[in-house]
Amino acid sequence: MRVTTTVNGTEQHVDDVWPGESLLYMLRERMGLPGSKNACEQGECGSCTVYLDGEPVCACLVAAGQAIGREVTTVEGLAAGGALHPVQEAFVECGAVQCGFCTPGLVVAAHDLLERVPRPSDLEIREALAGNLCRCTGYEKILDAVRLAADRQVRA
Amino acid sequence: MDFLQPTSWQDALALRGERPDALPLAGGTDVMVDINFDRRRPGALLDLGRVPELREWGQDDGRIRLGAGVPYAGIIGNLGAQLPGLAMASRTVGSPQIRIRGTVGGNLGSASPAGDAHPPLLAAGAVVEVASAARGTREIPVAEFYTGVKRNALEPDELIAAVLIPAASGPQQFSKVGTRNAMVIAVSAFACALHPDRREIGTGIGSAAPTPRRAPEAETFLAGELDDAGLWDSRNALPEPLAAAFGERVAAAASPIDDVRGSAAYRLHSLSVMARRAITWAWNDLREAA
Ligand SMILES: Cc1cc2nc3c(=O)[nH]c(=O)nc-3n(C[C@H](O)[C@H](O)[C@H](O)COP(=O)(O)OP(=O)(O)OC[C@H]3O[C@@H](n4cnc5c(N)ncnc54)[C@H](O)[C@@H]3O)c2cc1C
Ligand code: FES
Ligand code: FES
Repeated sequence: MRVTTTVNGTEQHVDDVWPGESLLYMLRERMGLPGSKNACEQGECGSCTVYLDGEPVCACLVAAGQAIGREVTTVEGLAAGGALHPVQEAFVECGAVQCGFCTPGLVVAAHDLLERVPRPSDLEIREALAGNLCRCTGYEKILDAVRLAADRQVRA
Repeated sequence: MDFLQPTSWQDALALRGERPDALPLAGGTDVMVDINFDRRRPGALLDLGRVPELREWGQDDGRIRLGAGVPYAGIIGNLGAQLPGLAMASRTVGSPQIRIRGTVGGNLGSASPAGDAHPPLLAAGAVVEVASAARGTREIPVAEFYTGVKRNALEPDELIAAVLIPAASGPQQFSKVGTRNAMVIAVSAFACALHPDRREIGTGIGSAAPTPRRAPEAETFLAGELDDAGLWDSRNALPEPLAAAFGERVAAAASPIDDVRGSAAYRLHSLSVMARRAITWAWNDLREAA
């Protein structure tokens, strides 16, 4: 089937999509957007987190057809014009990235939190990132990165 | 496989009738896992995400009519005051990403004994509104909706339209045991509702029997004891032995199994503890409100 959807601001047509296919598969395998990661395909890890009509969702649990006519923003869409988003900068600076597999999902989830809550408490950060697993960092550096990005956003 | 995308409730019901091989798809948080892992290959997916009627909620004769497609995040954000028990349970579901997509209709469709919406719906005395193109609408009390492990009372040509939940007339509580706060399938769960207007207690047990179920004997026991001791009127503190006896009766209503998440013995123990605590919290809420 054909899926027409707006991804990172551009309307795109994708043909030969299998009806049971996930949005994640379509993005990675058919649209050349491998930023969103495929780790568990069961909603547990959050590495596939993308925005669907402005809400963070697990792309592995959205059928590609459910994105028809909707707006999808992936981690690739956050780095406008190739410059890193302040959330991404903060992840780099704080050492919140080790193997990097969880990073795209965490960046989207953290981005969403800071859009909604400019000065999140630690509890709010933990709650917002509860759906994203990281096997490497132990999370402390990730919390540091979100705090740093929040500080800079509030001061800017 | 076909991908069917009705944009109205009428069309959705018509397609459901024409295509018995189609699997309804709401938030996809159960369905897509099964498809990704090759556990299901339906002839078609019937995407309900574009049926606006399913995402509506409103008052209906003292009840809240909650569209089957309202996601948990919508319940938490909009219905916390009217449906406190269901909102509490919704806050414990999965993760933010899962709560944005997952729906109560999907929880009922899957009818897992561990589904978190079930205990508060049982405690509140909810009714499931289902419909088919051929026979129209019927209402099923939620306690009769669960017919077996992951089985429900839906006919093959029916869809769940909504859940009708009496607006809370008193405090409600929900409690769930798992290995961490997020992303937990309940090892056991318990919900209770105080109905001070008719001097009754509602209960719901999760993950501790083949289906979600009430604890009717515990309900009548406690309501009777509260009556005898004049507590509905005095609103004095709930005596600890009474709360504990209630907890034991709740556990007695369960029939859990051993599985990877927990042993039957632990489930019974945790249920009695959760029921004792939850009813005490609810009673304290009632006293504070007085
Ligand atoms: C990572 C993860 C964590 C989870 N955590 C929890 C948790 O903590 N607690 C919990 O209870 N659940 C949890 N779940 C399970 C799931 O999120 C819930 O069961 C959710 O309510 C399913 O809703 P959905 O809209 O996504 O349903 P879908 O997956 O779209 O559908 C589920 C079933 O319901 C049927 N269905 C859906 N809508 C209708 C309708 N209107 N009429 C008829 N049939 C219908 C479908 O055909 C299917 O059989 C989790 C799932 C994941 C992936
Ligand atoms: S790949 Fe989607 S949540 Fe893990
Ligand atoms: S950096 Fe390796 S999983 Fe998070």
